[in-house]
Amino acid sequence: MDFGFVILVEILYAVASLALISAGLAVVFGMMKVINLAHGEFMMLGGYAAITSANMGVNIFIAMLIIAPIVVGLIGLIVERLVIRHLYGRLVDTMLATWGLSLFFIGCATMIFGNTTTGISTPIPGFAVGDYQINGYNFFIIIVSVVLILAMLAVLKTTRLGLIARGTMQNPDMASALGYSPDRIYMATFFVGSALSGFAGAILAPLVGLVPTSGGAFIAKAFITVIAGGPALISGLLSSSALFGFVGQVFSFVASPVIGDVAMLIAAVILLRLLPQGVTGRFFKGKL
Amino acid sequence: MKLNRRKFLATTAAVAAAVAVPSISLAGDTIKLGSVLDTSGGFDAYGKPMNMALQLAVEKINADGGLLGKQVEVIGYDTQSDMALYTQYAQQLVRQDKVDVVHGGILSASREAIRQTMRKSKTLYFYNVLYEGGVCDRNIFINGVTPAQQVEALVPYAMGKSGKKVYILAADYNYGQITAEWIKKYVAENGGETVGLDFFPLDVSDFGSTIAKIQSVGPDLVIAPLVGAAHLSFFRQWAASGMKDKIALASTTMGVGNEHKVLNAAETDGIMVAYNYSQDIDSPANNAFKANWEAAFGDSNSIHEIAVSNYQGVLTWAEGVRAAGSLDRDAVIAALETGISIDGPGGKVTVDPKTHHAVLDVHLMEMENQGMRVVKTLSQRQPIDTQAVCDLAANPNDNTQYEIKF
Repeated sequence: MDFGFVILVEILYAVASLALISAGLAVVFGMMKVINLAHGEFMMLGGYAAITSANMGVNIFIAMLIIAPIVVGLIGLIVERLVIRHLYGRLVDTMLATWGLSLFFIGCATMIFGNTTTGISTPIPGFAVGDYQINGYNFFIIIVSVVLILAMLAVLKTTRLGLIARGTMQNPDMASALGYSPDRIYMATFFVGSALSGFAGAILAPLVGLVPTSGGAFIAKAFITVIAGGPALISGLLSSSALFGFVGQVFSFVASPVIGDVAMLIAAVILLRLLPQGVTGRFFKGKL
Repeated sequence: MKLNRRKFLATTAAVAAAVAVPSISLAGDTIKLGSVLDTSGGFDAYGKPMNMALQLAVEKINADGGLLGKQVEVIGYDTQSDMALYTQYAQQLVRQDKVDVVHGGILSASREAIRQTMRKSKTLYFYNVLYEGGVCDRNIFINGVTPAQQVEALVPYAMGKSGKKVYILAADYNYGQITAEWIKKYVAENGGETVGLDFFPLDVSDFGSTIAKIQSVGPDLVIAPLVGAAHLSFFRQWAASGMKDKIALASTTMGVGNEHKVLNAAETDGIMVAYNYSQDIDSPANNAFKANWEAAFGDSNSIHEIAVSNYQGVLTWAEGVRAAGSLDRDAVIAALETGISIDGPGGKVTVDPKTHHAVLDVHLMEMENQGMRVVKTLSQRQPIDTQAVCDLAANPNDNTQYEIKF
């Protein structure tokens, strides 16, 4: 019974962390169609922003929840102005440019922080469920992800800003004709996307530690989740992270974490063979 | 040694010129010690202190009057954590620089990349790193701790402090697999039982499911030969789940690259390890070593196990040259094979003539406040794993890395 609860928490945690990792990419790639290969590096920078400010004495929750997204959002803003804005609509070119960016960020982080592992301890203690101990931080990640998804849903669905952003992504010429500047809206959306990546990186940093090349570990999972999710932003993100998180974690328990990752990739291949447009290409059509 | 492109070109040009000009006046002025270490890139946490230790050892030799009346000169290359550069720089050391001895290599892959080059060119080679054991080659001397030396001491101690049911978490490559075999063997010999064994590739960093699985099995002790930055998160997540006070934890790798200084005291306190060196060893040799280190580099915080191995390796070689009275490879090997010892920071180190490995002190330690407190010292442990498969006295032409079977 207790063990069942532990497994349930671990599965929820796997789903939540997948959603968290992929949220930024869902905005930048799913909405804006920019293949951001530097997504992992944005996460890595978020982690460093959080750890550096926490080491300077800032409260760790403020560092993770506020400082990291703002810092990475601003970095994203600069990147958008200098590089990305010249490349909208050129899918392959964005891939090349952002790959270069990822190498650049890894180099910068190596110069500043050194090629060694840094990390901070998780700020929440573990607790007991019956005979088992659970990492309290897993609950924090689950809660944060739920709040994040709800917030994204609320912004996109109920605010005028969200409506304008979605409209612009669908048809920039029409948005322009209605008096909105697509240039500005793209800029703001990219800022949000990068901030979300930085946020995810900061939240995960205490759990896994950080080296300048940490980003590489997230990028594949993020792309698989977003692509398998399909065109609908939120429901796609939720359905694919639920599926992959579940499959991956169940196989991790039954066999080992390696088999878990393999199972997740096989699930992705089968899914894309059956539903080439992603989950929301078939189900939840037209939903957000 | 820092090497940028300009310096590199200048050095190569100078060496090329020295080779091209038929002048023998330059040769023989100094003894050339070649060094190849990763002092940048992913393994620099290991390589940088190793390189510092090498500089210290050479300074000490020169301050004591050098060897055979000559000063020792270091010709060092930074292999940048890139295995391809090892072969390149090894060729350069033996063909162009014509060094008298080579110390270096960190990962087992880097050692195997250059071992044959050294053997073919008859250049004496020292590999000064804790590793998986089994290398049998008359041209190489190895003075790191091997799994049996560590595990033989660690397992009975850790089981004595906890209990008989042991769960093993190991890195999924030759070091982890071989070490796990040794752990299983010693657990059985000490009347215990291995209740679980999991291997993890070097990039696994999420151990949540593993920690739950361990609890469902309920061992008394977890032994973790985990390697590298990603695996470090296991120790963090173990502590974060509050497991640290429930199940005892031992490791054969934790702290080799000073990992316990990246984690905090609450996460590492109480982890049991066994190595040749701890900064907390209170011996005249270690105190002098630490004082020298501080004088040269500011603070002695970065000293770790394999930095000391490198230091002891250089001193062992120097002792061999002194005893041989010559730089000739075969003369030095013969001198080393008489079973020479030195007194290093980690205790007495003796060359084992049969295997060219080291007989050395193994200290059982517990992590405490980001240091390693020595609990017990087992003096002069034999490299029994390699001894079981390798006898260079009987087969001097052997040139294999044996996988030790049980």
